[in-house]
Amino acid sequence: MSEAVTQPVLELRDVAKSFGSVTALRAGTLVVEPGSIHALVGENGAGKSTLVKIVAGVYQRDAGTFRFQGHDADFATTAAAKDAGIAVIYQEPTLFPDLSVTENIFMGRQPLTTGRRIDRTAMYAEAEQLFARLGVQLDPRRMALGLSIADQQIIEIAKAISLDASLLIMDEPTAALSGNEVERLFGVARSLRDEGRALVFISHRFDEVFALCDTVTVMRDGSYVSTDRIEDTSVTEIVSRMVGREVSELFPKTPARIGDVVLDVEGLTTAGVFRQVTFQVRSGEIVGLAGLVGAGRSEIARAVFGVDRYDAGTVRLLGRDVPPHEPRSSIRAGMAFVPEDRRQQGLVTEGSVARNITGVIRSGLARAGLLTSRAENAAAVPWARRLEVKTGALDMHAATMSGGNQQKVVIAKWLATNPRLLIIDEPTRGIDVGTKAEVHRLLSELAGQGMAILMISSELPEVLGMADRVLVVREGEITADLDRADATPESVMTAATRSDPAA
Amino acid sequence: MTELLVQPSRLSPVQRAVTGVLRSREIAIAVVLVVVVVATTLKSSSFVFSHDGWRDLLLSPSLLFLVAIGEMVVIVTRNVDLSVGSTLGLSAYLTGRVFIDHPGIPVLAVFLIGLAFGAALGVVNGLIVTLFNVPSLVITLGTMYAYRGALVHWAGSKQIYASNLPDSFQNLGTQQILGIPVLTLLGIVVLVLVGYYLWNARGGRELYAIGSDPEAAELFGLPVRRRVFGAFVLCGALAGLAGVVQAARYSTATSATGQGMELEAVAAVVIGGVAIFGGSGSVYGAAIGAFLLITINAALPILGIGEFWQNAVVGILILGSICLDRLLALRRAHRLIESRGES
Repeated sequence: MSEAVTQPVLELRDVAKSFGSVTALRAGTLVVEPGSIHALVGENGAGKSTLVKIVAGVYQRDAGTFRFQGHDADFATTAAAKDAGIAVIYQEPTLFPDLSVTENIFMGRQPLTTGRRIDRTAMYAEAEQLFARLGVQLDPRRMALGLSIADQQIIEIAKAISLDASLLIMDEPTAALSGNEVERLFGVARSLRDEGRALVFISHRFDEVFALCDTVTVMRDGSYVSTDRIEDTSVTEIVSRMVGREVSELFPKTPARIGDVVLDVEGLTTAGVFRQVTFQVRSGEIVGLAGLVGAGRSEIARAVFGVDRYDAGTVRLLGRDVPPHEPRSSIRAGMAFVPEDRRQQGLVTEGSVARNITGVIRSGLARAGLLTSRAENAAAVPWARRLEVKTGALDMHAATMSGGNQQKVVIAKWLATNPRLLIIDEPTRGIDVGTKAEVHRLLSELAGQGMAILMISSELPEVLGMADRVLVVREGEITADLDRADATPESVMTAATRSDPAA
Repeated sequence: MTELLVQPSRLSPVQRAVTGVLRSREIAIAVVLVVVVVATTLKSSSFVFSHDGWRDLLLSPSLLFLVAIGEMVVIVTRNVDLSVGSTLGLSAYLTGRVFIDHPGIPVLAVFLIGLAFGAALGVVNGLIVTLFNVPSLVITLGTMYAYRGALVHWAGSKQIYASNLPDSFQNLGTQQILGIPVLTLLGIVVLVLVGYYLWNARGGRELYAIGSDPEAAELFGLPVRRRVFGAFVLCGALAGLAGVVQAARYSTATSATGQGMELEAVAAVVIGGVAIFGGSGSVYGAAIGAFLLITINAALPILGIGEFWQNAVVGILILGSICLDRLLALRRAHRLIESRGES
């Protein structure tokens, strides 16, 4: 009944946006009521981000209606959207690292004394109140540099509150958060909702969507699909709407013959990061490295591959010592490493798909020290085809591809080196459901062919579904080595969070 | 140190201020300056303890002082202005021409003309940089040559001589108030004004924010273009002002006046602890950096160090500052990251 009376905070109908010949958004529709947490879900490339950026004033729509607080809106700049009361928290928080957290919150709107001088005392006091309200312990005078992602998001939320924003959009805010941090964020989100503000929550994690949101809008291929009350729908229903087909099996790890030891890590230690890390990975085996974000999983992987130095311990591949801190030797020995941050560490985003795929085997392709596009393309084709990389041409720039396709390109790049061990960090982070399943199928296939795979993942279902064995890392130590049969959400989370110092 | 970084609010305001100042880059560079001055004075007491020595010590940096202040405001936004030397030269020559063509013009008017003329050249820089979104390094490299070319065309082999300038104007170069040369006082007034703006005004803080992360500033909705434009105009205006000061101090101007000043200004800013990629540092640091640079050049011959080594010393100073800043930044980042979850 209230829905008939209350006016929606945000109303987008049939909004379209094209970039040149590429249509990013065909017919985006989103209606958000005040006092509601609204989930916006869809595969990557479904147009969610474009929709958000139109609301935020980053882009201007080509067609459709856009009403905010009941009035026609047309934000030419981000400043205009902000002034109207819209706050957007992007996936990667956008802070000024050199400035204090307080300045980050109040930039451009600092309280002034008479004479238009910034009133720092008032500003710090207000920031302290905001932090107290959000239940975080942050010194308002410290600089933003070095804050964890979770704290950076808290700063973004503090910004939004101090703006008195009536609409808060969060684009995958939980992607990099640990369990406690997610809970803290949700607590804040609920209290904002109870104040009558509207929130839009974009996420790929359905457990979170169902735990937090009251309404869910699904998008597919740049168009609106459906909007439902959360209690009237189910995960399966939403997933099938997102992909337009039933996703039968999210984590299809097929049994593979477990063979000899491929990777043998013993006593790996780096002061302050991880201690006495010892484990093995056999051929045909997928070993999952689970644990909270910041527990040291990625650091262990980076040390094994030789990106980072380590203080003590040995890494052996197929029985041979791999020299520390020499990624080139690791590659030659048969290791491959797909990093967590695809854009920054795994891809030359300005380069073509073919160049990216052949990046590691480049010297082998060169003739007399010269590398031709033709040689690159010829070498890249089989890999791109095998992984079903959906890109018009191998000449396409990697930057313009979706996250899922980028991930496939990175994997293809490493497969071209014929590795015996694949280390893959967060294989499906920020990847939509459909592509996720494809990445999982691919990993499973590779294991079936005898590759040893070390997989780091923050998504528990992914680890439990894919891994033959789960190693749990807590504060730099391996606290559990669980077989597939013994690995349950409870057993993994217990090992990841146990705070008994003697253990 | 950790307290100051991670939990500064735990310290009392006085403690915070004292530790903050003691730990600052400005103090470090000021100590170097004092050491240079003391060492040189021990060798030759007239370096400080003579009327001319004292005056030159304070007066010589006044030019670079102004240029470095303007340059700092541009650099803090992650830009650079290489045209300041040419702007200074044009403005110095213009000053002479104004006195020749309009005898009897008030001195104050000439200062205002120099300021406005420099600002106009800054407008050109600012417009091109903000409208075409091309790195300012390239743009101002272009205007550096263009402005210099205009000056060469205009001045040719002509020169402004002391006889072209009225005495009241030339006297500015030697006048002192309470033992401080007036041209140096002018620099200090500008320094205090700009320092106040950068610390206390919203616009000033936004300049830092833009330099700290330009993309975030854009997403944040800060008026990035307007601010960067303003920085270039201010920088040009101060270079123009410095041109008038140049004419008053040396009573001469040629088509080569101010050549190389742009690099000295960048050097002063970097030595003063301003990050070359913007976002941090203070205008006071840049001013002390300018002071140090000029003073070292004056001191080295007295200390018996040859000309070749003078340039090398400046180079070492720049490299040393950059390495030191990088080291401090890494340590700071490390400490801040380490402190996660401790509090």
